[in-house]
Amino acid sequence: MLKREVPLLITILVGWFMVIEYFFPGAEKWSSELQNWAIIMTALASVLGVANVARINMLKISRKQKDWGYSVVLMAGMILMVVLGTLFPMIKSIFGIESSWTLAGMELSGVTSGTWFTQFYDSMFVPMQGTMFALLAFYIASAAFRSFRIRSVDATLLAVAAIIVMIGRVPIGDVMWSGMSGLSDWIMNVPNLAAKRAILIGAALGAISTGLKVIMGIERNFLGGD
Amino acid sequence: MSEPTKLQKLEKIDRRWVFLVMLVAVSIPLFVSVDLPLKVTPAAQSFYDSIEALQPGDIVYYAADYDPGSKPELDPMLMATLDHLCRKDVKIVSACLWPAAPPLLEAGLNTVAVEKYGKEYGVDFVHLGFKEGKENVMVQLGKSFRDVFPQDYYGTKVEDIPLLAQKKANGEWMVDKFDDVKMIVNISAGYPGTKEWVQQVRSRYNIPIISGCTAVSAPEYYTYLRSDQLSGLLGGLSGAAEYEDLVNLPGFGIQGMAAQSLGHVAIILMILVGNILYFINSRK
Amino acid sequence: MPKTLHNRLRAFWLRALALALGGSLWLPVLAWAQEDSQPFFLVERHNILVILVVFGALFLFCISQASKGKRYFIRKIAGLEAVEEAVGRSTEMGKAVLYVPGIDDVNNIQTIYSMIILSHVAKMVARYETPLIVPICRPFVVPLAEETVKQSYLDAGSPDAYNVNDIRYLSEEQFAFTAGVDGIMLREKPAANLYLGSFFAESLILAETGFQTGAIQIAGTANVHQLPFFVVACDYTLMGEEFFAASAYLSDEPKLIGTLKGTDYMKVVLIAVLLVGIALETMGYSGLTNWMEQR
Repeated sequence: MLKREVPLLITILVGWFMVIEYFFPGAEKWSSELQNWAIIMTALASVLGVANVARINMLKISRKQKDWGYSVVLMAGMILMVVLGTLFPMIKSIFGIESSWTLAGMELSGVTSGTWFTQFYDSMFVPMQGTMFALLAFYIASAAFRSFRIRSVDATLLAVAAIIVMIGRVPIGDVMWSGMSGLSDWIMNVPNLAAKRAILIGAALGAISTGLKVIMGIERNFLGGD
Repeated sequence: MSEPTKLQKLEKIDRRWVFLVMLVAVSIPLFVSVDLPLKVTPAAQSFYDSIEALQPGDIVYYAADYDPGSKPELDPMLMATLDHLCRKDVKIVSACLWPAAPPLLEAGLNTVAVEKYGKEYGVDFVHLGFKEGKENVMVQLGKSFRDVFPQDYYGTKVEDIPLLAQKKANGEWMVDKFDDVKMIVNISAGYPGTKEWVQQVRSRYNIPIISGCTAVSAPEYYTYLRSDQLSGLLGGLSGAAEYEDLVNLPGFGIQGMAAQSLGHVAIILMILVGNILYFINSRK
Repeated sequence: MPKTLHNRLRAFWLRALALALGGSLWLPVLAWAQEDSQPFFLVERHNILVILVVFGALFLFCISQASKGKRYFIRKIAGLEAVEEAVGRSTEMGKAVLYVPGIDDVNNIQTIYSMIILSHVAKMVARYETPLIVPICRPFVVPLAEETVKQSYLDAGSPDAYNVNDIRYLSEEQFAFTAGVDGIMLREKPAANLYLGSFFAESLILAETGFQTGAIQIAGTANVHQLPFFVVACDYTLMGEEFFAASAYLSDEPKLIGTLKGTDYMKVVLIAVLLVGIALETMGYSGLTNWMEQR
């Protein structure tokens, strides 16, 4: 009972307080305090994430489950970056060490420019992330080729609008016809915006209603079960 | 069941061929120079006008909320906006709500503010680093920068940073909350980003916001632009290119336009080819 | 206590009274905390309060009607009908169900809502004894997902089937998380992929990879800009408010369906206000527009 009721009570009290805070400035000091708590809790939650990653991957490594090699790479990468970015600066700060710890001419401790952390960030993290995002262009092309079929009047309208917008959003559109970007802007600003606003208003109402359900205690499934 | 014909097979072609066509299309500008004229949209023009209206000595809060995944799309905006702000002698208080963003912001500030314009760290600009907490941080920043960021990115206490250490006659800090800055410039790749800045900060603290965002999220933000909740918007690489054109600073945005144009043409051609095959195959 | 109509009504009004009292109890505290330089109430925000009160009243009215036994009609939502089909298919194939609750943190209502749907899905999965994989992008969501799934397995009568290692925190980095989920799809080949929550640029990368593995895919998000990507690559897509209707739809609980109706009535009110606003603006009167403006 306590496991369910106490969190529910906290949810209701804090939820209503944050709604009331918007209208009554007297609550501002406490809402600031609550927001600060939230910031601290969010930061602490990272520990939960690290614990989860470590538990699952260490288990995989110790049991030599399928693809356990990937887990080794993951754990090694995680530990290395935590040591360079957090542990070393912490040790330096606790023991008041001012001198630099260098390896191959680069600082081992810290996250600012000129450190090994930044070196790994620039040479591995940046290109890998960029590659993942770039995949989107290829996936858009294959999804468009596969699914953009003119099967009905609606689908035809959709395809024509998509082609105009795609071509009108880049300079080549105006090279083909000077009015292309204007037409593309009109599609984006009039029919597109009208439909988007309708969906947005519906979604916003859904979000508000979910919020109300939660702070009224009607919806409790997110606390685990009914 | 009869064997599928060649055209039917072509309609269900391995998607790696589609990837190859796309790769060729976006690679052409690497080998052949393709010059295309740029047309500035009203959204980019209003972004430019908002910064242009700032006076020397004004302060802006610069929120770089993206990560290396969006670097190719958003870095040109970061560079061009920082350049424009430095050129206008505007002071910059910058911070990030994405954990991987600080090095990107640091690189931009070093390249533009320090190396190009010779600005002094702590006097003309400051990098407060990253803070976890998302919308909570946004709301809290409106009340006190130093409560959220007691230290900057380099571990210096904010009291020791000249830009943030000045006090008014009544003893209040001169630069400590959104009331003390003219505008928020947000470079945004998703959550937390422009949508949250508008929802949490725009009306609560009555401060203008301009946004440079990824192309994929731009259509949603047009709603905010039309309702004046955003004072300017750069959408994706094309937005960056328009802005580079406006500030007369040709960079990666303008260079990328040729690749993006050809990429769009390739997708359109594939849609057309796919439909022609579908039409022929469905008639059989 | 037997659940007679009278008792239900009494429980409802007691709750409403408690909420009203709970809300008003804050007021003297706030009055005490307020500084002399501040106003007690921000009058310029009264427009939002009015809208909130109207919404709340419609909400409570519909819940009370539902509590009295009124059954509201709720149209068929194909995407939600397909959830059971997807779980069934996974069971037949002896493969897992992949549930991605978006990449946002718990302070986004979509993530909270995704947890609500997850509890329904976990119950279904537990009944069929099908494996469930839940990759997580934000650390704060980990305990919430663990608790939700664990409780659902317990409710379904299969607590032993719950495996804490199926709730997998991958990375807070958007594309590192995407790569991790893609890896799970390609290595473990789940037969059903459910993407329900708040998604951004990773939506198409996930959905296309899922399509490649041949899984049945159901997506739902209120992030309007990602809907087109899900529509082209998934079998079913819940758009905007359909996503928020899921809990009521899946549970078939009258009170929750009542809240859906309350939202519908609010939409009618908004449409009426929009029409009046358009008419007034066309005639040159801006009073309503000015009143509605957020301050």
